[in-house]
Amino acid sequence: MDTVEQISNAPEKGRIWDPVNECLDRQELEALQLERLRSTVRRVFDKVPCYQDKFSLLGLQAGDIRSLSDLAKLPFTTKEDLRLNYPYGMFAVPLKEVVRIHSSSGTTGKPTVVGYSRRDLQTWTDIVARFMTAAGVTEEDIVHIAFGYGLFTGAFGLHYGAERIGASVIPMSSGNTEKQLMIMQDYRSTALVCTPSYALTMADKLARQGTDPASLALRIGLFGAEPWSEEMRREIESRMQIIATDNYGLSELMGPGVAGECLYRCGMHIWEDHFIPEIIDPETGEVLPEGSIGELVLTSISKEAFPMLRFRTRDITRLNYSKCDCGRTHVRMQKTMGRTDDMLIIKGVNVFPSQIEEVLFQVEGCEPHYQLVIERVGNMDVLGVQVEVNEKIFFDEMKKQRAFVDRVEKRLASILGVGAKVKLVEPTSMPRHEGKANRIIDKRHL
Amino acid sequence: MKVQQISIFIENKTGRLAEVSRVLGEQGVNIRALSLADTSDFGILRLIVDQTELAREVLKKEGFTVSKTEVIAVEVPDRPLGLHSILDILDQGKVNVEYMYAFVERCGENAVIIFRFDNLEEAIRVLTASNVHVLPGERIYGM
Repeated sequence: MDTVEQISNAPEKGRIWDPVNECLDRQELEALQLERLRSTVRRVFDKVPCYQDKFSLLGLQAGDIRSLSDLAKLPFTTKEDLRLNYPYGMFAVPLKEVVRIHSSSGTTGKPTVVGYSRRDLQTWTDIVARFMTAAGVTEEDIVHIAFGYGLFTGAFGLHYGAERIGASVIPMSSGNTEKQLMIMQDYRSTALVCTPSYALTMADKLARQGTDPASLALRIGLFGAEPWSEEMRREIESRMQIIATDNYGLSELMGPGVAGECLYRCGMHIWEDHFIPEIIDPETGEVLPEGSIGELVLTSISKEAFPMLRFRTRDITRLNYSKCDCGRTHVRMQKTMGRTDDMLIIKGVNVFPSQIEEVLFQVEGCEPHYQLVIERVGNMDVLGVQVEVNEKIFFDEMKKQRAFVDRVEKRLASILGVGAKVKLVEPTSMPRHEGKANRIIDKRHL
Repeated sequence: MKVQQISIFIENKTGRLAEVSRVLGEQGVNIRALSLADTSDFGILRLIVDQTELAREVLKKEGFTVSKTEVIAVEVPDRPLGLHSILDILDQGKVNVEYMYAFVERCGENAVIIFRFDNLEEAIRVLTASNVHVLPGERIYGM
């Protein structure tokens, strides 16, 4: 993307933290993956009762995994399995070998507990160093970490990765935006680590203070821990005058660092010498062909304390195995497009509310409130998108108003692959609730 | 020469028009002229009122989507070919009409036609060059 060159102190695209492992050719990579997969399978088969039960249910022996294509024979692991084995049931090493414990926020019920051996922490630190380098961070940088330090993996993951690179780390933690900005100005932070929404909160505060973002030393943002759109990226980049990069991770697999963007910014490299990704149909569990959109499933192949076989991430994305211009050979995953929980199947086509948001944003540059109504008329599904009118999309002339509706409908059809009927409604006619679930009314009663 | 008009987005369901007239009436806003363009789903209500800013404010406060547009009002004799004479001038001058509506003045001798044009300035030029009586906004608001 051109913006990289436009910033005077733009990060260098060419740097690779671990050129040997990040640029392995496919054959070498797969040989390494198979070796590591087999040893992981043997280990969980010996040590983790949950996997022993799953294997015996499938009549599977550890020795049955002889090639990478045998991966599909393995059982899935779900968040529910982790809940049932709370707190330490999924650990594959005795607690005395565990040197760190983290936990994911438990929005429903108990949190998930994850453990790391000494070698796991080294691996984690190493893969974070990889993606931070890919995003342009060097030993010259002052890395400002505005993730909360605690049970959450975000802050510690980035912290040790940045130290490994040799950057100067400011362990700022989250909250108190005013103080964050003061430190950022005075200590001349050059790289910001936080959630993309917090970056916008900072931009708001800067604007209110009347501080010119160009007066900061900041040049790179490493944003993650929540889904965000390309539009949000553009907004952060123009308002903070930085390069905004994306990274991906989840505590069940390691934390941040499972995947990260290089400066070519055409997907996040998943470190395949440590994780094997698959894309499946979330309904049937079937592995989908290369390039399909579906649920990301990850298998850890180097972890000691908390190995995961085919963990269902519930994140929707697609994988791209073509070679990246940066020279890394590891597969790239697209920005996540939503969660499987939000997925709708309309006329057999998988549709995500985030795609509809994207279209509404693209057509008029604003994010109006909307609601999806799915009905079954005869034997046909009908998708209706109700869009609340606001001043930006209200035209006094009927011709223009109709043209707007046509434009949205055409764009939706091309993006979703299924037709949608757009209906304009008055503002405030929809309930204002947090979360996306309330934006969907499925009247099909399937 | 120009007249301020407000346009309101109305969903096609019972009671919405009545809600607009209630909100305006309670604030003492008097409607001078109106037109409604509608489809099966929604309509666009266009009003010329005696207190444009107040009307806009109170409707917005009640949650309506409101926009303000400029139109022109033309006075013509209330007799056969009265409207045609104006349309003919516009046609000769190659001025495109976006929409229009009309009402008859209280005295009954003249009709007032409200026009929305793509190019307002050009329309005013063409009309005044042909000695058409373009009414100032105040005339309409105070009718």
